[in-house]
Amino acid sequence: MSEDLAGHEGSSESGMIHPEVAKGADEGERGQDGGRLKHAEAASRPIGSPKAVREPQPRGAKIRGDRPIDQAEAAERFLAAPLHQKAHDERLWDLRKKRDTAAHGIPEWEELRELASQIKTHTLSNLDRYLEQFEAAAKVNGVHVHWARDGAEHNRIVHGILRDHGAKTLIKSKSMLTEECGFRHYMAAHDIEIIETDLGERIQQLDDEEPSHVVVPAVHKTRFDVAEVFARTMGTDPENDDAHYLAESQRMHTRPLILQADAGMTGCNFAVAETGTVVTCTNEGNADLSGNVPPLQIHSIGIEKLIPRVEHLGVFLRILARSALGSPITQYTSHFRGPRPGSEMHYVLVDNGRSERLGMEEFWTSLKCIRCGACMNTCPVYRRSGGLSYGATYSGPIGLIIDPTYNKRKYSTLPFSSTMNGSCTNVCPVKINIHEQIFAWRKVLAEEHQIPLLKQGMMKAAGAVLSRPAAYRAAIGTADSALKALPRFAVYNPLNTWGKAREMPEAPRQSFHAWYKQNRMARKSSTKKDAAE
Amino acid sequence: MRIGLFVPCYVDAFEPEVGIATLELLERFGLDVDYPYDQTCCGQPMTNTGCHTEAAATEALFVKNFSKFDYVVAPSGSCVHQVREHLTAIPQTEEVVGVRQKTFELVEFLHDVLKIEDLPWAEFPHRVAYHSNCNALRGIHHARPSEIARPFFSKPLNLLKKVRGVEVVDLTRPDECCGFGGTFSVFEPAVSAKMGYDKVADHARAGAQYVVSSDSSCMMHQKGCAERLGVPLKFIHIAQVLNGAAA
Amino acid sequence: MSAREATLAAIRANRPAGTYPLPDMPDFTPLVGDDLVHEFGERLKRMGGRIERAADGPDPLQPVRERIAGAAVLASAVPEVTGNRDLAAVASPRDLADVDVAVMRAVFGIAETGSVLFTERELRVNSVAYLAQHLIVLLDPADILVNVQAAYRRPEFGRSAYAVLHTGPSATADIEGVLIHGAQGVRSLTVVLLPRQDQPD
Repeated sequence: MSEDLAGHEGSSESGMIHPEVAKGADEGERGQDGGRLKHAEAASRPIGSPKAVREPQPRGAKIRGDRPIDQAEAAERFLAAPLHQKAHDERLWDLRKKRDTAAHGIPEWEELRELASQIKTHTLSNLDRYLEQFEAAAKVNGVHVHWARDGAEHNRIVHGILRDHGAKTLIKSKSMLTEECGFRHYMAAHDIEIIETDLGERIQQLDDEEPSHVVVPAVHKTRFDVAEVFARTMGTDPENDDAHYLAESQRMHTRPLILQADAGMTGCNFAVAETGTVVTCTNEGNADLSGNVPPLQIHSIGIEKLIPRVEHLGVFLRILARSALGSPITQYTSHFRGPRPGSEMHYVLVDNGRSERLGMEEFWTSLKCIRCGACMNTCPVYRRSGGLSYGATYSGPIGLIIDPTYNKRKYSTLPFSSTMNGSCTNVCPVKINIHEQIFAWRKVLAEEHQIPLLKQGMMKAAGAVLSRPAAYRAAIGTADSALKALPRFAVYNPLNTWGKAREMPEAPRQSFHAWYKQNRMARKSSTKKDAAE
Repeated sequence: MRIGLFVPCYVDAFEPEVGIATLELLERFGLDVDYPYDQTCCGQPMTNTGCHTEAAATEALFVKNFSKFDYVVAPSGSCVHQVREHLTAIPQTEEVVGVRQKTFELVEFLHDVLKIEDLPWAEFPHRVAYHSNCNALRGIHHARPSEIARPFFSKPLNLLKKVRGVEVVDLTRPDECCGFGGTFSVFEPAVSAKMGYDKVADHARAGAQYVVSSDSSCMMHQKGCAERLGVPLKFIHIAQVLNGAAA
Repeated sequence: MSAREATLAAIRANRPAGTYPLPDMPDFTPLVGDDLVHEFGERLKRMGGRIERAADGPDPLQPVRERIAGAAVLASAVPEVTGNRDLAAVASPRDLADVDVAVMRAVFGIAETGSVLFTERELRVNSVAYLAQHLIVLLDPADILVNVQAAYRRPEFGRSAYAVLHTGPSATADIEGVLIHGAQGVRSLTVVLLPRQDQPD
């Protein structure tokens, strides 16, 4: 027997569920000491796909207006592309392991999570006050502050700013808020050229596909996929799938666009009320390019990004990169507070449903989210489905609980794309009780009849049997009927989905009820009789 | 103390030997164990799907059956999690709250309430992969999950340590969900099965002969996957191992 | 009603019930040992940066002399190095696109992470730190703070229009998790531990 309980936590670093995915050759950059770099965005080993096999990239969920997203169908297609699925699963599990190493290396980690959570709930419950403080400080610093009720208003405001300056091209760093607002699509329709500068976002933009993950937007693509996209849009060599070649090609291609851009935009990781500062965290430095090269800079800020004071960055900066990538900090942590001489600086504060979500008793704490992606990395369903299978701006566990607030009908299926295992809740740096909110959403959706009629009908039938002892015993009484009748939800359905990929359970000779009646009830009643006599 | 034995519906129907082992094990410690004959289910199939209204009658029946006991013990982490955390479709009377608070899963009952020291009748000389059901692990705190930066502990492993001959193997992803997820296994079968395949592959690669767990539901799913894949794993509930099952 | 008023009104109307006090910030035990210089160097290297000690002798910058000498366009914001691109005379940030090497002094370093801080004062023109191909950073070992918490007590964050922590060079692993330096920004970042010259502000 294994003596060492502590060592039971798992096998060595090299343990993988899909060892066939890893490549032998070492492509990682080397550090000054000559060793391979393991930090942050660097994979501890590159996940290379064998060159011989090419597999078309599985595409995301089919979106038909407001019809409920069939996440299961999209997930099935993702699984039907095993090369992509295995690489995706290993890559994100690797980030989860890195997160663990980083978290376990800090004695005060759980305390930091609790602090971060409390700072956020305090701020959210006083959000009006902090927004006013932030706005006032920003104005004193010479920043123009705008407010937008929703995504459409955000887009109009930004468009207005660009128009006022005759700006026709805009470079931007990654911002999930702008994805929410459909910013790129709006601007394209209005003849403004948007250039994404985050490599992953740029790949997705060139492929006319949404980002699949909040931190690594193209994690679902293999290098072949990227080579194909770049060849098609940038004229690179379609046969050259070397990651260094592709990244360098992108750098060369994008640099002139960065230099010529009329305006630059960033998102916001944290907005500090005390000083009117917007903080961005990137590994490429593309937020710094976007904010410092063009003469016009715009920062899009979700109102939930507020934190009270600069000193609170000492908590959030310590948990963000560790949760996202297992790295102590991102390569660039930028603090934008005032315009450069000769340039203009704008903030756009966006609500887009956040103030309404604040009023939802069971769900408002989802506003604590700092977009680290740790929940996606740990979610076993997400890793096997791909972020695009959710058909929404936000995928994975956090997506399951906030997407229904944007469109209840369309995203009514998402809270069911979960086993509610609770791992997400444990990795969330701001302690959002994600899996409990998933459970709560299921109740809301069932009550509002946003779940399929068939499912609700089955549950009603199950409830009827399970609440009547005699009916229940009859249902499971015989070997044959046990398998057919109970649990009905597991084995009854038109397609017998259980049996598609699994062998059916065997029905035993007799149920526990029958065994007890036969072997123990007689004994008990005779004991009672003896006692009574 | 009077113990009320709760045997989950799927154990009742598919794995009655788990219920038998639980009953016998508790009786070995000299406990007075009763099995309310009119019991059925904890309501989880319905609440798992958000259908709480449809679960109410079942939940009420559970309370009715078990209110008179000092403890309710069940060989299932997920069912006990449902009772302690989610039995809320009915008015929360004193009786209801009382039943909810005194419902225990078998491992935590043996470990925390009885604080058992020895299992002299138990010997299981095999290589074992211990599978942590997610509700048992994160819901009722069987062990420290790998995500949490706190000292490691594990109640099931502490109990298995008292069984002669057990060799627990190391898994690559010890805490990753196996994909059963209740109704998830039926409504999102492709992902569910893939998670199950990966889980049994992990057990097999670690050299396990047996998979042991506190929850038969997970094992039913994994067994179905293993058999489909042709992976020669055997599955046994911890109640049976602790009760002295040899194989 | 303006969007501002509507948003603030909605927030007030939807304020969550209960009190949520702002917690005090505890002082955590630093994760790094006493040798801050050593720790800083180790952490910086792990993030892909390079660390050099100033050389004894006539040329303290000897460890990076080859890099500096090889630069066709050299932009220096420090008195220790004379460049051929005058940062004071830059009309537009774009004009620095051809800079090979930029040299500047950091305000401080952070041992916990291997980070260095710049503000617009040290950079002169902010964009130089991102358009240059390579960055050389002078850092006084006495300016190394113990951790991130300590860094955020510094006054620079409350008074600079722009402040940035650099931790190693620009990096990405967006393509199959393969690490690449110089994704969009500098391809290398080298810190030279060189005390400040005594200079009036």
